[in-house]
Amino acid sequence: MADLTTTFIGIKSPNPFWLASAPPTDKEYNVRRAFEAGWGGVVWKTLGEAGPPIVNVNGPRYGAIWGADRRLLGLNNIELITDRPLEVNLEEITRVKKDYPDRAVVVSLMVPCEEGPWRDIVRKVEDTGADGVELNFGCPHGMAERGMGSAVGQVPEYIQMVTEWVKKYSDLPCIVKLTPNITNILYPAEAAMRGGADAVSLINTINSITSVNLDTFAPEPTIDGVGAHGGYCGPAVKPIALNMVAEIARNPATAGLPISGIGGVTTWRDAAEFIALGAGNVQVCTAAMTYGFKIVQEMISGLSQWMDEHGHESVESIVGRSVPKVKNWQDLNLNYVTKAVIDQSACIKCGRCFAACEDTSHQAITMSDDRVFEVDDAECVACNLCVNVCPVDNCITMKELGQGEVDPRTGQKVAPYANWTTHPNNPAAKAAE
Amino acid sequence: MPSDPFTPGMAAGRLSREDIAANFADLHPPLDHHAALVAADRCYFCHDAPCMDACPTTIDIPLFIRQIATGTPEAAAKTILSQNILGGMCARVCPTETLCEEVCVRETAEGKPVIIGQLQRYATDALMAKGAHPFRRDAETGRKVAVVGAGPAGLACAHRLALKGHAVTLFDARAKGGGLNEFGIAAYKAPGQFAQAELDWVLGIGGIKVNYGQRLGDGLTLAGLQKDHDAVFLGIGLAGVNRLEIEGAARDGVEDAVDWIARMRQSPDKTDIAVGRNVVVIGGGMTAVDAAVQAKLLGADNVTIAYRRDRAAMPASPFEQDLAASKGVRLLFNMAPKAITADGIVLARTEARNGKLVETGETVTLPADQVLKAIGQTLAGAPEGLTIEGGKIAVDAAGRTSIDGVWAGGDCALGGEDLTVTAVAEGRDAAEDIHKRLTA
Repeated sequence: MADLTTTFIGIKSPNPFWLASAPPTDKEYNVRRAFEAGWGGVVWKTLGEAGPPIVNVNGPRYGAIWGADRRLLGLNNIELITDRPLEVNLEEITRVKKDYPDRAVVVSLMVPCEEGPWRDIVRKVEDTGADGVELNFGCPHGMAERGMGSAVGQVPEYIQMVTEWVKKYSDLPCIVKLTPNITNILYPAEAAMRGGADAVSLINTINSITSVNLDTFAPEPTIDGVGAHGGYCGPAVKPIALNMVAEIARNPATAGLPISGIGGVTTWRDAAEFIALGAGNVQVCTAAMTYGFKIVQEMISGLSQWMDEHGHESVESIVGRSVPKVKNWQDLNLNYVTKAVIDQSACIKCGRCFAACEDTSHQAITMSDDRVFEVDDAECVACNLCVNVCPVDNCITMKELGQGEVDPRTGQKVAPYANWTTHPNNPAAKAAE
Repeated sequence: MPSDPFTPGMAAGRLSREDIAANFADLHPPLDHHAALVAADRCYFCHDAPCMDACPTTIDIPLFIRQIATGTPEAAAKTILSQNILGGMCARVCPTETLCEEVCVRETAEGKPVIIGQLQRYATDALMAKGAHPFRRDAETGRKVAVVGAGPAGLACAHRLALKGHAVTLFDARAKGGGLNEFGIAAYKAPGQFAQAELDWVLGIGGIKVNYGQRLGDGLTLAGLQKDHDAVFLGIGLAGVNRLEIEGAARDGVEDAVDWIARMRQSPDKTDIAVGRNVVVIGGGMTAVDAAVQAKLLGADNVTIAYRRDRAAMPASPFEQDLAASKGVRLLFNMAPKAITADGIVLARTEARNGKLVETGETVTLPADQVLKAIGQTLAGAPEGLTIEGGKIAVDAAGRTSIDGVWAGGDCALGGEDLTVTAVAEGRDAAEDIHKRLTA
């Protein structure tokens, strides 16, 4: 069986599935249940300064987006960092780590942007025996209004500064958790690297309003008739997270910087995709909050089976395998020509491909009186919309035209690789060699 | 001593009132909100959807299902009712398995169509529960139309004409309206007096005067109606039945299935409806299945449908056949009735030879305390002077009969299947043609 053990910035865990810093990791009770269920590690829910604990709202903390069968697709939260006393958390972390030495226990931290508080808190964490710290520069609600969380994560200089403090006062491996609520993820990632971070983790949640109650006109979740934006997570955010992970993995300045992938990981497949795009492990929250801790069993069995079937012996061996395949648009082969092909034996004649193409695209699908749908290669630009709207797996596929074949749309033979940088329509084109 | 399923001969109350009530509950219980959303989500919103074409009233099914999915079942109902004012009843009684659901692409894909009928009921129930009528009658035109027959065709015609502002007088031979919805279809398909509730709701449009207990040829004449009205629509159904010309056909316990069903439909709790211990239903259509299933639900010990042709030729759909079998009805094929005697019914085995049905010479005798004849209904009481073709009133595509100013639709008229939904379409379309004529 495939070896799922990982060593992420020196922290060993039996599998790459960690629980992210969030409600599921707020207490010893939950974390023990998680470890019993098989999770490889946890990032303990964010600790704040000593003193009076944080308070939370006493109305709804979550809002959701559902599919038709109330399948939870996206979750929004306005919960703050831990609202339990610092000492209680530290004692629990100490006990749990002692009882589960083979699991990763990383502690998430968020204190005011001053050197003293960061010095004090990392020293306290060191005493617990925890394996590392994660700096929460991502929470987009509540704490950000107090100059913490994403308020720090949106200013690369602050990220670098705080990371430097943490590295100055502690030898613990340090992960910097990034907010996606910025225009370019590379700036905060590079700042973390400059500050000496051992790794980045991303994405934290996305600013969001899940819905508006059309009876009261209040945003959801609603607290006493009004609402505040929360942080969005769950399956809906995965594509955004994958892109940000890939951007960091392929950026020359940050290439090789370890990444803990977060954002909508719900199945083993999601995890494998994050790992292929450069994540050394993944962190999970919404899936556990939706289905309970047992889901890790499917993640473990699924990843193992896939690795066995494809001869991948270790998680390490698949990290970043997709990174070389992520390119800029200008590098794409403009001479790669495909055409949609409809498998008539699989077609159920719903006509969605026709409606999509006829109404919104290139009028490249014809419909006969007896509902036979066919592609007109002379019009098909291979946009793939028909594939995407077809309800039947593999009914419509894209077939590549070989070099030298004539594209009926352009009347031109398919030529060898060439991209925009050398295209005659590009005013900035370099002369073809 | 109360009777039970084994009481010999004919007997009422073979089951308790509670058991009969349970047996006659909704065949398909209504969808709740969540189930409706899940079912609606399965619709692919097909382009130029096949289900619409398969619906005799051409309801925009993908649109109404999307309206359900987005939380507006009342808008969905309006989509349905604008094409089919009896959409509530059709949702219950349509053989959807041979209409919209048969051609659903989900049926093609996975053998499980979107449950269009049940979704239609969900939508129409939601609107009717609010008691509102979604359409407003146009200003009065001053034109008068007589509609004869308050069944599905007549109601659809009357409603559409009233909507257009015409003054409609609706006649029916029976003491109440509804036609087969009220007297014919199986009770478990429309429990809770739905036919009457829907009738009252349809009449809520206004402009329709009802005259029950008036039969054509019995004080009511076509000439008289024409004289007093600008147009006449005939939706008189098939009031006659085919005769069973065998020995013993007049014995006690032998009855036309439609008469027995009509009596049963009018009985509030059905504990007073006599049913045999051994029941044999002759025929192979929906009426045969309805009679057999309901006999079983009333507590008959043995119920058999004897159909003279083979299963493939049976007019009742596979769904109806399975329903009958699931209730414990035995289906016998290639069995033609020969005689009814004191011992029961004698059935002759048949087979097809060169496309002709012939008797093999073998006979079987089944015990039969009750024989229900369901061998087809016929046109009866059609006014003189109308062209009759194939036993039905000849009409053109717009429902016009051979007499100018007289339209016909529903089971009495030529063309289309004898279904509630077809009758609604014909009544509606005739109304549109009448309106065109009256406003030309």
